[in-house]
Amino acid sequence: MSLEVFLRHRMGVFSLAAEFVTHGKVTALFGPSGSGKSTIVAAIAGLIRPRQGRVALDGRVLTDLPGLFVPAERRRIGVVFQDARLFPRMSVRDNLLFGWRRAESKANAGTIAHVVDLLGLAPLLARRPRGLSGGEKSRVALGRALLASPEMLLLDEPLASLDAARRGEILPYLEKLAREAKLPMLYVSHQVEEVARLADEVVVLENGRVKAQGMAFDLLTDLDAVAGVPPLGAVFEATIQEHRGDGLSLIAFDGGVLTVRRLPHSVGSRLRVRLRAEDIMLALAEPQAISANNVLACTVKAIRTSGDEADIQLLCGATRLVSRITAASRARLGLEPGLAVYAIVKSVTVERGAA
Amino acid sequence: MLTPAETAALMLSLRVSGVAVACALPLAFLTALLLAKKPVGTTVVGGIVHLPLVLPPVAVGYLLLVVFGARAPVGAWLDQTLGIRFVFSWTGAALASALITFPLQVRAIRLALESADPGLIEAARTLGARRLDRLVNVTLPLALPGVVSGAITAFAAALGEFGAIITFVSNIPGETQTLPLAIYAALQAPGGESEAARLCVLSILLALIFLSAGEFASRRIWR
Repeated sequence: MSLEVFLRHRMGVFSLAAEFVTHGKVTALFGPSGSGKSTIVAAIAGLIRPRQGRVALDGRVLTDLPGLFVPAERRRIGVVFQDARLFPRMSVRDNLLFGWRRAESKANAGTIAHVVDLLGLAPLLARRPRGLSGGEKSRVALGRALLASPEMLLLDEPLASLDAARRGEILPYLEKLAREAKLPMLYVSHQVEEVARLADEVVVLENGRVKAQGMAFDLLTDLDAVAGVPPLGAVFEATIQEHRGDGLSLIAFDGGVLTVRRLPHSVGSRLRVRLRAEDIMLALAEPQAISANNVLACTVKAIRTSGDEADIQLLCGATRLVSRITAASRARLGLEPGLAVYAIVKSVTVERGAA
Repeated sequence: MLTPAETAALMLSLRVSGVAVACALPLAFLTALLLAKKPVGTTVVGGIVHLPLVLPPVAVGYLLLVVFGARAPVGAWLDQTLGIRFVFSWTGAALASALITFPLQVRAIRLALESADPGLIEAARTLGARRLDRLVNVTLPLALPGVVSGAITAFAAALGEFGAIITFVSNIPGETQTLPLAIYAALQAPGGESEAARLCVLSILLALIFLSAGEFASRRIWR
C-alpha cells in the first residue's frame, strides 16, 4: 500500500504545509499537540477541504485540489476518533453495524463475528454507549470503523483520552489488529511508547511541517527527530537464536545478542524488541558481577541535555540506542561523543511478529 | 360533567391544535435545519419566522384574512382549484394556530440541532452515510427531544390561541369556537360568568396536562 499526502491549508494563524509518502503497514503520525496531526487526518478522511492538496491511496486519487475532492462518505477511509463518537441513541450492535450496512463492498470488513471476537465486544452488544467505560468505547469505535470495510484506517489518538490502565487494555487489541489485518493504518499519537509498539514507519510533524520521516527503529531513537519528547531506548528487529536450559533465550540483533526470559516461540522467529531509555544504564568499564543479563559495548554518538536529564545516543553495531541518565551522571562519567561505553540493559520488552 | 357545548369546544380545540402542530412540524424542522446551518440570508428568514411571536395575534389574523380571505387572491385560488376554504372553517383556525405557534417549534428544534455534536455527523460521513441518510438516521434522532418538546409546547400554546382565530375565522360555535373563544362568548352573554369560570378551569387543566407531558416525554427521550 502507499499513501501519498500533499497538503497546504490555513486555519486562523495555523498553517499546514505537509507532504509525505508512506509505504508502511502501520505508519505513525507523530508530533506534539498543535503540530497539525488531526488536520492531516481530517484532510485524508475528506472531512476538511484543504486550500490546496493531493491525497492518493494506492494510486486512487481522493483529493487533487483545486479540482477533485471525493467527499468523506465515498472515500472508504475508516476513522477512529479520540472521543470515540459513538451514536448515543443506538445500541453497541447498531453502532457496529452502521458502516457495515452502508458498505457497498464488504471485502475488507472481515466477518462481524470475527471483529466482535477480536475486540472482545460480545458482552457489550446490547448495551448503550452511555454505560460503557472509555476503553470499551474505544473498542466499539474501532470495531465500527473496521466493519465499514475501509481501505485504510486512520486512528486519531484513540488512546489519548484514556488513563494508563485503559491504554494498556486497548494496546494489545491494536497490536493484534496491526499484525493481523491487511489493512494499512495511519496512527496518530504523541506518545513515543505507542508509536514504538505499533508503527513500522514514522512521520514526525512539527508546526504543520514534516520534520522527519523514516523507519520507526531509526527515527524514534534519533534525538534530533524526536526533540521535545522523552526518547525511546530502542526499537529493533531481532531473531531467536537459542533456547537455553537455564530458562533463558538468546535473541540476536544487529549489534549483539540479548538474553531474555525464555520465549514461547521457536528458534528463528522474528521479534520486535523495545527498550526504555530509562532502563539503559551506562558504565565506562565492563561491569563484572552484576545482576543484569545484558551488557552491550557501544559508542557515544550524541548527547542532548534538557534540564537535569541527559539523553545519550549510542551506537551498538548498527543499532541505535538512547540512554536517559541524569545530567550529573553524565558529567561525573565525562561522557562525550566518541567515547566507548558499556550499556547495561535492565529490562527488555519483546513482541512477536514485527513489521 | 361537561355540557354538550363545552365538549364540542374542547374537542374542537384539541383537533385544531393537533392539526396545526402536525402540519407545521415538518416545515418547522426544515426551517430549523436551515437556520441551524446559518447560510447567507438566514437572519431575514429567522426574523420572518419569529414575527408571529411578537406581532399582536389580531394583526396575524388580519393578515391571514388579507391573504386567505374568500375574495383575497390566494384564498380565492385555493377555493376554486382545490376546494380548500379557510374562512369561517375550523381549518382556518388550525392555520392561524399553526402560524402563531410555528416559531415555538422552530426555536425548540433549532436549539436541539445546534446542541447536537457535529463530531457525530463527521463520524457518520466516514462510515459512508450520505446527506439524507445522515439527516434521517443521525441528525433527527439527536434532535428528537427538541422536536418532541417543541411540538408539545406548541400544542399547549395553540390551545390558548384567541386573537388570530377570532379575527380570521370568527366565533362560530361547533366550527371555530375553541375553548378561549367559548370563554369570551360566555363572558359576553348576560349571566355567563359561571360558564366562563368552568371553561377557564378546563383550560388550566389542559395546559397543565400537556406541559407536564412535554416535560415527561423529553426526559424519557434523553434517557
